Amino acid sequence: MSLLETRGLTGFYGDFQALFGIDAVVDAGETVAIIGANGAGKSTFLRAIVGQVAASREAVSFDGEPIGGLPAHHIVRRGIALVPEGRRLFPSLSVEENLRLGAYSARPGPWSLEKVYALFPALKARRNAPGTALSGGQQQMAAIGRALMANPRLLLCDEISLGLAPIVIRDIYAALPEIQREGVAVVIVEQDINQALSVAARVYCFQEGRVSLSGEPAQLSRDAIRKAYLGV
Amino acid sequence: MGGLYALFATGLTLIFGVMRLVNIGHGDLIVLAAFLGLAVVEATGIDPFLSLIIVVPVMAALGYGLQRGLFNLTLGRDILPPLLVSFGLSIIIQNLLLEIFSADSRKLQVGALETASIRLADNLAIGVLPLIVFLCAIAVILGLQVVFYRTTLGRAFRATSDDQQTAQLMGIDNRHLYGLAMAIALGVVAIAGIFLGVRTNFDPSIGPARLIYAFEAVIIGGLGSLWGTLAGGVVLGVAQSIGAKLDPGWQLLAGHLAFLAVLLIRPRGLFPRAYD
Repeated sequence: MSLLETRGLTGFYGDFQALFGIDAVVDAGETVAIIGANGAGKSTFLRAIVGQVAASREAVSFDGEPIGGLPAHHIVRRGIALVPEGRRLFPSLSVEENLRLGAYSARPGPWSLEKVYALFPALKARRNAPGTALSGGQQQMAAIGRALMANPRLLLCDEISLGLAPIVIRDIYAALPEIQREGVAVVIVEQDINQALSVAARVYCFQEGRVSLSGEPAQLSRDAIRKAYLGV
Repeated sequence: MGGLYALFATGLTLIFGVMRLVNIGHGDLIVLAAFLGLAVVEATGIDPFLSLIIVVPVMAALGYGLQRGLFNLTLGRDILPPLLVSFGLSIIIQNLLLEIFSADSRKLQVGALETASIRLADNLAIGVLPLIVFLCAIAVILGLQVVFYRTTLGRAFRATSDDQQTAQLMGIDNRHLYGLAMAIALGVVAIAGIFLGVRTNFDPSIGPARLIYAFEAVIIGGLGSLWGTLAGGVVLGVAQSIGAKLDPGWQLLAGHLAFLAVLLIRPRGLFPRAYD
């Protein structure tokens, strides 16, 4: 049985429909990439999973239970954590307070402050600085650390390389194997195809709110991906 | 008077700080707490200060209920609906109090304590009661400061105030949290109400004026800062006392003038925290 499964998931912003029936699965411990152009519905997909965009109950199931449309704070408690696009650290909280707040749902598990600092040593030096005083890359580390503090079984990462220098992106992606080693399933949403394909076991390509291509990176030709990505 | 105004204003700051809600009914809730204290004292004969043991939890419970049952339904992008609802609440409370307690002016009696004072110098003395009120205001603000900056609940309050959506991603139920914030705010309101009743006469119609003082204290101190609120209350109280010394008719005017002066010189208040 898969950890996360969506069936015919639709998503709306008011009258605007952003998702037109997405079928996707993520297995326990698996890393899945979702790629697609701007506005393809990638972020909406993640937000529908965590309860920030309305979804019908049966459209999303986690661990065999329907969770679609549950309030966001219930979904975290079940073990899905989102690293939101744009990082969204709390400006009035220090780095350490941001991390501690990540553990608000008090799920038991391997992640603790020490472990997050071990994963991202740069954070420890700046632990008492306000979250927004960090560099972009450190903020992204803090946002990932904050999500890990919830001890999720499924970690959703929305555009974690957006606006960061390539060298910083490499540092952040270097933390991924350690996260995977703890058995956390990871969904990575990226516009940068190469980055996504290099770490994922499977990939979904979104186009205008639909899945235009899916499969294992090795078996997908560049041509097929380009077509699915751009629709040309 | 400064401590009392600070207590009036603390609840207002708290509510605005956590949920960006301006509660027009705040002054009337203070008066409600005073009447609640009066009812408890009359029913049981206990000392007004002891009535806090009952009034604080009752007001806190009322706060949680009000928030969950009423204000949460109005919170959204638009700040007008909660404002209007709290305005309605203000009118409802005033008229309910009028209906139950009549328009008579009332007071909570604490006996000799009301006039007791400590001599500091030949012509300088401070009243024991104002001192108690002031120390209590400091204790309340200190307590809130600890809650806000040292506990998980406080972190959750600050995070929700920053970014409600992301706070929910952390597992925070913002509706429950808002209920708790309102409960704490009305707990402070209960203390303010009892002290109000001990210091001065009160009747159902004086709520809106208390709201004005609370607002002035908050603005003088700077939005969102608890210590600023205390400073704001003191500035307002001292200005009113000096005004009253010059001419009894100038008491209120002097307070308002001090408020306007601060607005002119430091439009963001003395200790602004929020820069958004």
